Amino acid sequence: MNNTELNMLKEIADLHEIPQGAFSLRKDGESVERRSSENIIIEPKKDKPGIDITVKPGTKNESVHMPVIITKTGVEDLVYNDFYIGEDADVLIVAGCGIHNSGDKKSEHDGIHRFHIGKNARLKYVEKHYGEGEGTGERILNPTTEVYMDENSFCEMETVQIRGVDSTKRDTVAKLQSGARLVVLEKLMTHGKQIAHSNMIIELNGEDASSQIISRSVAKDKSEQVFYPRAIGNARCKAHVQCDSIIMDDAHIRSIPEIAANHCEANIIHEAAIGRINNDQLLKLQTLGKSEEEAEEIIINCFLK
Amino acid sequence: MLELKNISFNVSDDKGEKEILTDVSFTLDDGKFLVITGPNGGGKSTLAKIIMGIEKPTGGKIFWNGQDITDLSITERAKLGIGYAFQHPPRFKGLSVRDLLSLAHGSNLPEDQCCTYLTSVGLCSKDYLNREVDSSLSGGEIKRIEIATLMARDLQLAIYDEPEAGIDLWSFNMLVESFKGISKIRNESMVIISHQERIMKIADEIAIIANGTVKKKGPCDEIFPELMSQFDNACSFR
Repeated sequence: MNNTELNMLKEIADLHEIPQGAFSLRKDGESVERRSSENIIIEPKKDKPGIDITVKPGTKNESVHMPVIITKTGVEDLVYNDFYIGEDADVLIVAGCGIHNSGDKKSEHDGIHRFHIGKNARLKYVEKHYGEGEGTGERILNPTTEVYMDENSFCEMETVQIRGVDSTKRDTVAKLQSGARLVVLEKLMTHGKQIAHSNMIIELNGEDASSQIISRSVAKDKSEQVFYPRAIGNARCKAHVQCDSIIMDDAHIRSIPEIAANHCEANIIHEAAIGRINNDQLLKLQTLGKSEEEAEEIIINCFLK
Repeated sequence: MLELKNISFNVSDDKGEKEILTDVSFTLDDGKFLVITGPNGGGKSTLAKIIMGIEKPTGGKIFWNGQDITDLSITERAKLGIGYAFQHPPRFKGLSVRDLLSLAHGSNLPEDQCCTYLTSVGLCSKDYLNREVDSSLSGGEIKRIEIATLMARDLQLAIYDEPEAGIDLWSFNMLVESFKGISKIRNESMVIISHQERIMKIADEIAIIANGTVKKKGPCDEIFPELMSQFDNACSFR
């Protein structure tokens, strides 16, 4: 791998080399390396681009790394990945996509991920998006995520997009059975003329299902962000949606949290806030010897931590 | 040495110009502990902000160790060893107590040192080190953490704006002891704005500010008894 590719792997998956365990690397629209482990089987799909990842029931403390990198201009990649997490398993999946576009054509990766999480299984899923390259071609990422959670399963999803992606449209759908718990942490920073839209539908269908959605974002320059998370309680359940944004410069943010209850014991809360950096926060850090620019950076980094 | 020369501060609104501070002058020698007290609205907090550079005076000069700092920014004054504890400290999402103490210290602060500072303001360090300095903290907790951030710094002049506000009686005793310790051990000059008798008692000097002017300033032994005797008639300072 060359330096550009290694740098992108570091940015999206914090990898400095090919990791141990199950692994899949996709580059410029093709699968270039794939490795299963004893308990985690990765197989290519026969009818369309993408892979099936099957985690055997009871697999504990194992991980799957599956970075995608695009290094050429004009690549349009559409991929379908299905994850089958067996009952009682406990695994970490690290995905992510980095685009290096130094040409004048758009490069786009649309990943359609479906998670089927078995009874009592636990999944932590981390996905980072990153773009770079001096070309004028757009860097576009449109992820679609579907999560089907069986009884008493747990899923924590952390999605991070901090820089370099010109346009992103994220669609997430989750359906929770009894006792299932879903935690989503979305972190986003846009700058320049970037556009980011995130739609989310969380259906709490089983008794005592619960969900916590936390979205933190910073919009700079002339960038635009739209959040539309929806939590729907169809049984006795709990859900909390929190969208918190810092707006700067000439940016635009719309936050439209929607909650719906179709059961008298559904308990659903949403909170949404958009505001600029508090002046007292800047003053406080200046009294500690930081310049205004340094203070601003500290505040943003902590907010998105 | 801190030297204030003829400091004035005016604000204007629809009704015209209003004087908040008028011709305030005093000096504070190195290592001395000054309590500024006086009725609410008298200009004490404004004066503290002017020393830190948060407000700019409309007239007069401020000297720090002989250097004119009137036009220096907050950051530049902080780098000269001046620190300020806010009366209403801001909260930060995602910033842990340990991060904040390390920022104040200027480098990563070891856990045991963080614990020492937190203990000295009456907080059980294990419960607080990794907590975020956000709205989950009570008013009293955030005030104490604010005071600890000043203790974590290597300062030559520390300014505290009503450190006792919102702090319970038990922690207040510990706080008084901590201020005593700082003034004796650290050779740090301190300016504390306070209404608390027990804080005034341990000061080297007391200044009474009312209606934007220094009504009295002198050694604690002289001012404190006089102040107590006049408590029955607080209006005498107005």
